Amino acid sequence: MTAQEGQAGQDGQAGPAGQDGGPAGRGRRIWVVPQLRDGRVTRVSWEAVAAARRLAGALAGSAAPAPLRPVRVDAVLLGSGLDAAASEVARREVAAVLVADHPALASYTPGAWIGVLAPAIDAERPDYVLFPHTYQTVDFVPRLAQRAGTGLLPEVTGFAAGGEPAGGDGLVWTRPVLGGKLQATVRVRGAGTVLVSVQSGSFQADAPPQAAADADAGAKLRPLAVDPSQARPDREILGYEEAAAQQVDLTKAGVIVAVGRGVGGADKLGPIEELARALGAEIGASRPVIDSGWLPRERQIGSSGQTVSPRLYIAAGISGAIQHLVGMKGSAVIVAINKDPSAPIFSVARYGLVGDLHELVPALTAAVKAARG
Amino acid sequence: MKIAVCIKQVPNSEARLRLSRDGRWLDEEDLPFIVNESDEYALEEGLRLAERTGGEVVVFSLGPERVREALRKALALGAARAVHLADPAFAGGDALATGRALAAAVGREAFDLVLTGSQSDDAGFGATGSVIAGHLGWPHVWLVMGVELEPAEGKPASARVTREMESGVNEVSRVALPAVLAIQAGINHPRYASLKGIMQAKKKEIAVLSPADLGLDPGELGAAGSRLEVLSVAFPAAGEGAQILEGDAKTATAALVEKLRQEARVL
Repeated sequence: MTAQEGQAGQDGQAGPAGQDGGPAGRGRRIWVVPQLRDGRVTRVSWEAVAAARRLAGALAGSAAPAPLRPVRVDAVLLGSGLDAAASEVARREVAAVLVADHPALASYTPGAWIGVLAPAIDAERPDYVLFPHTYQTVDFVPRLAQRAGTGLLPEVTGFAAGGEPAGGDGLVWTRPVLGGKLQATVRVRGAGTVLVSVQSGSFQADAPPQAAADADAGAKLRPLAVDPSQARPDREILGYEEAAAQQVDLTKAGVIVAVGRGVGGADKLGPIEELARALGAEIGASRPVIDSGWLPRERQIGSSGQTVSPRLYIAAGISGAIQHLVGMKGSAVIVAINKDPSAPIFSVARYGLVGDLHELVPALTAAVKAARG
Repeated sequence: MKIAVCIKQVPNSEARLRLSRDGRWLDEEDLPFIVNESDEYALEEGLRLAERTGGEVVVFSLGPERVREALRKALALGAARAVHLADPAFAGGDALATGRALAAAVGREAFDLVLTGSQSDDAGFGATGSVIAGHLGWPHVWLVMGVELEPAEGKPASARVTREMESGVNEVSRVALPAVLAIQAGINHPRYASLKGIMQAKKKEIAVLSPADLGLDPGELGAAGSRLEVLSVAFPAAGEGAQILEGDAKTATAALVEKLRQEARVL
């Protein structure tokens, strides 16, 4: 498969060995678009940067007919007042930081972000553009793919230089489906840019570099070659508000007993409360329990709730959708209680009990009480 | 106000799952299907907005024959009529191909609002709503936790929309109508179908659309029109890392407490 042949500006495997083929006269290229929060690069964005570097390595070593050559990784930053963030990114192993720093980009809106990124992608046609998989990128990246006519590969957890049949560049990717109950292996067919979002916790971020890197950092900064005033906000931001008055701070709890949909109803929480009392634990919950109104939203653990890391986390009737796992997998010891032995929660747990939680939870309470005399 | 709601039928992942013979997806024989969770909330939100404004909901779904069951359920809950994108050419599409088809179907009528669920419980792209919006040239918001219509000159002109962000913070914004809103589970409490609704649903129309009806080339739809291709699916290694404590409830929990005290030292 020669996915990149015939595409303007993209030499890939098409040109004669050692010679740039496309009009832009360059090799393959990966962009990574970090997300900022309060002016700082988020943790999952550093993971996306690490994923971009590893992807570059895989691409450089793949595709037999192509000459081995480095694949360039550039970071693209959007926002307003980006000096500090841009320097921070430039200290990492990226070739350049392409900066769109403009007052029109002070607040995120899909229209503004797409208005800048779509023409930039059109002009430069990077092979891949990597994003952290966040609520913000899910909001705009699919539409960016639609607008720029690129491929779309959301929520990847890994890639490999695969055997046949792989994509045009020889890569296969993994991503969760059915809420993590299954893992899919996918490829991207055909030519042209692919937008990829990288699931949190899938790639280890590189350690920040030593101070010596500072000297070169400034030289890496350059403006993204588009007119940032093309940013067209398509929603009027009225403000930001706390989703729920956070009266329960689960982040400070040493032990948490968390329940999922498997508990079966608000009227079945009694034994869970007794276990929590016996352990001196706080009660948490996965999203379906909250949405069903069985527990208040302040008890929600996961990507849209609290992120916790107690010394002991007992998950009862929680299957382990990725949105829940990202909020608790930093716990020191995880115990999973679930009737389904193939539930993803067992893949992050240290200990597991397979069976009916309505039988196991009271038994565990009794065992805890017995052990504590 | 006229509202389109796009729903998807997905496997009930609580059921026993078996892989298909070719290993690319589930064996669908005997597999129970349900309406995607966040789509149920989108439908409820659409019905409430339609009731408040004296409008109607038209429900859309793409998929094989079994999808009629999901559409019939939506009709029983109060949708006025349904549209089924039923051709085999629609099947196996990635988010971009499916969004292209749904946008063309929705675009045949004049809607004030298109609602989708935030994300399907099977493929989980979270992309359908915003891709539809891109094709229609309308604003969109993903992961919507609140919608308030803002009338001007007697009709809804914009919506005040609450979008969930990470870490328990919500964004509040105003979007002009028409717009596409991708609704997050938990925004409301979906109703149950009444017996009367179920009876009425039997008389409601389910229109069937083909690619030709939409003016689309089958080559840009479904698997043929998708760059993303699933090569295989697999169960994650079961219990990888977890020590499963065996025995009856008493034996297993006693063993667990012993481990937590002596090995993990957290009790």
